[in-house]
Amino acid sequence: MVSFKKPDLDSFQERIHIATLFVTFCFLLLVTRLVWLQLVSHGKYALLAESNRIALVPAPANRGLIIDRNGIVIGRNYSALTLDVNAEEVKGNVDQLISELSEIIDISPRDKRNFKRSLEDSRNMGTFPLRAMLNEAETARFMANRYRFPGVEIRARSFREYPYNELASHLIGYIGRVSQRDKERMQSEIESSKADDPDALQASFLPGIQYVGKIGLEQSYETVLRGVPGYDQVEITAGGKPVRTLSSSPSIPGKNVVLSVDIKLQYLVEQLYGNFRGAFVAIEPETGDILAFVSKPNFNPNDFVEGIDSVTWKELNDSPQKPLYNRPLKGIYPPGSTYKPFMALAALENKKRTPSQTISDPGYFDFGNHTFRDDKKGGHGIVDMQKSIVDSCDTYYYMLARDMGVNMMHDFMKPFGFGQITGIDLQGESKGVLPSTEWKKNTFKKPEQQKWYEGETISLGIGQGYNSFTILQLSHAMANLTNNGVVMKPHLVKAIEDPFTRNRVLTTPKESYRIDLSQENIDVIKKAMVEVNVSGTSAAAFKGAGYVAGGKTGTAQVFSLNSKEYKHGSTAEFLRDHALYIAFAPADKPTIVIAMVVENAGFGAQYAAPIARKALDYYIEGKWPKEVPEWKRAP
Amino acid sequence: MEKSSVKKIQSLFFSFFSGLDRQLGLILLGLAAVGFFTFLSASQNTPVQIADELRNLALSFLVMWIVSRIPPKWLEMGAVWIYGLGVALLIAVAVFGLIKKGARRWLNIGIVIQPSEIMKIAMPLMLAWYFQKREGIQKTWDYAVAGIILAIPVFLIARQPDLGTALLVFAAGLYVIILAGLPWKWILPFVGIGVVGILLIIIFGSTICAHDVAWPFVHNYQKHRICTLLDPSSDPLGKGFHTIQSMIAIGSGGFFGKGWFQGTQAHLEFIPEKHTDFIFAVFSEEFGLLGNLVLLALFFALIKRGLAISASAPNLFTRLLGAAVTLIFFTYAFVNIGMVSGLLPVVGVPLPFISYGGTALVTLGFGAGILMSIHRHRRLVQS
Repeated sequence: MVSFKKPDLDSFQERIHIATLFVTFCFLLLVTRLVWLQLVSHGKYALLAESNRIALVPAPANRGLIIDRNGIVIGRNYSALTLDVNAEEVKGNVDQLISELSEIIDISPRDKRNFKRSLEDSRNMGTFPLRAMLNEAETARFMANRYRFPGVEIRARSFREYPYNELASHLIGYIGRVSQRDKERMQSEIESSKADDPDALQASFLPGIQYVGKIGLEQSYETVLRGVPGYDQVEITAGGKPVRTLSSSPSIPGKNVVLSVDIKLQYLVEQLYGNFRGAFVAIEPETGDILAFVSKPNFNPNDFVEGIDSVTWKELNDSPQKPLYNRPLKGIYPPGSTYKPFMALAALENKKRTPSQTISDPGYFDFGNHTFRDDKKGGHGIVDMQKSIVDSCDTYYYMLARDMGVNMMHDFMKPFGFGQITGIDLQGESKGVLPSTEWKKNTFKKPEQQKWYEGETISLGIGQGYNSFTILQLSHAMANLTNNGVVMKPHLVKAIEDPFTRNRVLTTPKESYRIDLSQENIDVIKKAMVEVNVSGTSAAAFKGAGYVAGGKTGTAQVFSLNSKEYKHGSTAEFLRDHALYIAFAPADKPTIVIAMVVENAGFGAQYAAPIARKALDYYIEGKWPKEVPEWKRAP
Repeated sequence: MEKSSVKKIQSLFFSFFSGLDRQLGLILLGLAAVGFFTFLSASQNTPVQIADELRNLALSFLVMWIVSRIPPKWLEMGAVWIYGLGVALLIAVAVFGLIKKGARRWLNIGIVIQPSEIMKIAMPLMLAWYFQKREGIQKTWDYAVAGIILAIPVFLIARQPDLGTALLVFAAGLYVIILAGLPWKWILPFVGIGVVGILLIIIFGSTICAHDVAWPFVHNYQKHRICTLLDPSSDPLGKGFHTIQSMIAIGSGGFFGKGWFQGTQAHLEFIPEKHTDFIFAVFSEEFGLLGNLVLLALFFALIKRGLAISASAPNLFTRLLGAAVTLIFFTYAFVNIGMVSGLLPVVGVPLPFISYGGTALVTLGFGAGILMSIHRHRRLVQS
């Protein structure tokens, strides 16, 4: 055995001491670190641990119904079976899963695209629908093969459905999946709304909002219809697997919107238009209730709910018929002769004419070195105000326009809503143009364009020139006139209904303002318009009507509705004049006014007035025309 | 039962435990208890694993008991053979080893073993034997030979690749060499370089971690690992995830902890490797700073006791071996806690006697057995 050597042991002991010091230093380092983490930063990490473990699982709210004025449901929800996939389970091999599932269930490329998009948006958390509306056979096949697909399940989901398909599509609109832009918009809406409002805070739970109204009433009443999504606070693992529910906040279903629209009337008018394009707006003058709001052709909003397929989309988007274009809201047309009753009233109110004052119409009107022609060769002869309306005498209005000037016309027409936003409860309304010298100055850039030329005033008198209005504005103006100057804001929704109590809250019952008009003058105009249907341009259409209706036909030259695109293709048809018609009935106490255009149809009397007659027959007398299929309530 | 037979059993019982260092035994018992209770929480009712863990603990204790009975002299005689066997197995691994997760570390000899684990004991054994042989006649040359003895297995392990184990084996050998009397003038420059290097990394971390800066001599993933340590949030879902989540677990534990079985981070699977390398995060979350101080005190006591045993050991071999084994325990504990608490880069190092894992427990039992044996045989040799 080797004996101890003193120096060696000393040196060893010394090194053991140094090692002990080193170890102590390292342990103090650890203690410091732990004190830092567990005492100093405890609050921060406790918070992080909490947010780690809790996930909010959305519970979408049932969307409110859309109901017509008579209780017919035109926008509803239904439950259907959906193939749902848990995103976490399929991480990485989505394609393989889908190809295996395709063997037993039909999965379209569109389903696949939509699913992948939701996956990307979600960062692999939650469950997403891969195929909606499974039929019985598919459900059975999947159930038999279920063991092969962990993380895939069949679930009942609520879908939006428009039971009458194309009917009233432009006013109902549709919902679609929330896009990134929708999300950002909603986020900023929430941030700008009161932060201490608990409803706003709960509504801020964006993941619960999967669908959002894209156009039409679905869009403008989005916040009413949507309700407030609920959520479960769920404890989750790092992988996102739910462990248990800590608390849940139930969703609050959206409210129903009750339309002022009579959907049967809407249906009838849409049928009567047949293959014609056009717009038709009927208003109850006393309330501003829109009774019908037709845009033809229309589209099937059901196609859009789960994401439209590219073929249908291309078809709709590329069609020269422009089925996606909301004509009564956005289409602007010169009012043509339908403007004349308003011009006549302006003359009376501004004391530029009396009802009995006459002009002599030679068939044309010379102004400067330009000749404005009347429709009737040789002219209408001696014309007073009533005759000017009944026979639609242009010369009378050329002269009237010259005598009033552009600004007087503008100032009179503006409160009627011409060239103004009506404030209807739909987004994207066109303003149109109600010309004035100021309008011209503000609209054009070059000084020579900004100047108003007297010659430009003349054609304004017959509803041409710069005049261009929406059919909604025309109908609204008609309602204001019929309502003796009391202006009601036009609206499609008249009440909001609580889905449980069925309590209804009226939305817009009050008048907006009054136009100061003499009743005597109004009656002159109404009387003249009644005469139009008796002996005037639309007399044929109203022969034998069981009520008295006032009306005015109009024909507008085509130039406004995207005329450029109409140059190629079926040019001839698209260049034909638009047929316009305005009406009110019954004459003594009107319950309905109508403004309408039948695009490229020709004369108003021939194409537009007969449609109005049938609509009025139905609305006032309940008569259903034989050529139109009976209204059938959706199952 | 008769009185005599009771006594007989009693004496048998005591003779079984005789020679086991009582202090060391109690400390190890404490650590094993902490480990087992934490493991119960971390494993979450998987009876198979619990049975496994109990078997591993028993096996570790058995190995310790057996080794404590072996005279240090035998170890000294076996040192070269064990080292040789270890190196041979490492070469075998390099040639026929099993590949798991991109690394060739395992050998199938009926059961799957990880030879680098043997080296953790074989290395200090071999070097202690070597310095014992050269006692009193040490020359510069001897340190060079020791360096070669050290370098061969470290190199073999490093290229598996298993940088963590390689560093531990290297550390184990280095401890022996330093304790054997490696001159300070050779040690201090390296310590200096190390300290300056660490300070530079901390100060200029954000600059040198910039994406386009390449480091000399270092793989990109290694650079990445150090950089994520400096700023775990730079890669919250990748390499930084483990560190961030274990720091959250530790930090959210607070002073008293969330209570046994109450750790949300652990139970909701936010902690990776929660019953092996990251078990300290589970313990920390559930038992808080208070529990950590107790645990660190246990480790500190273990090291103090181990160093004390070594200091009073009879010859250079036992002194070097004992101290090296003790410092391996320390290194394991320090590196593991440092890594889990975000102080050191993540390398696969278990927490001694706490982490689940058979091989590590057996190795540690072997190490503890060596200390016990040194303690038990000190008088026998001295007298």
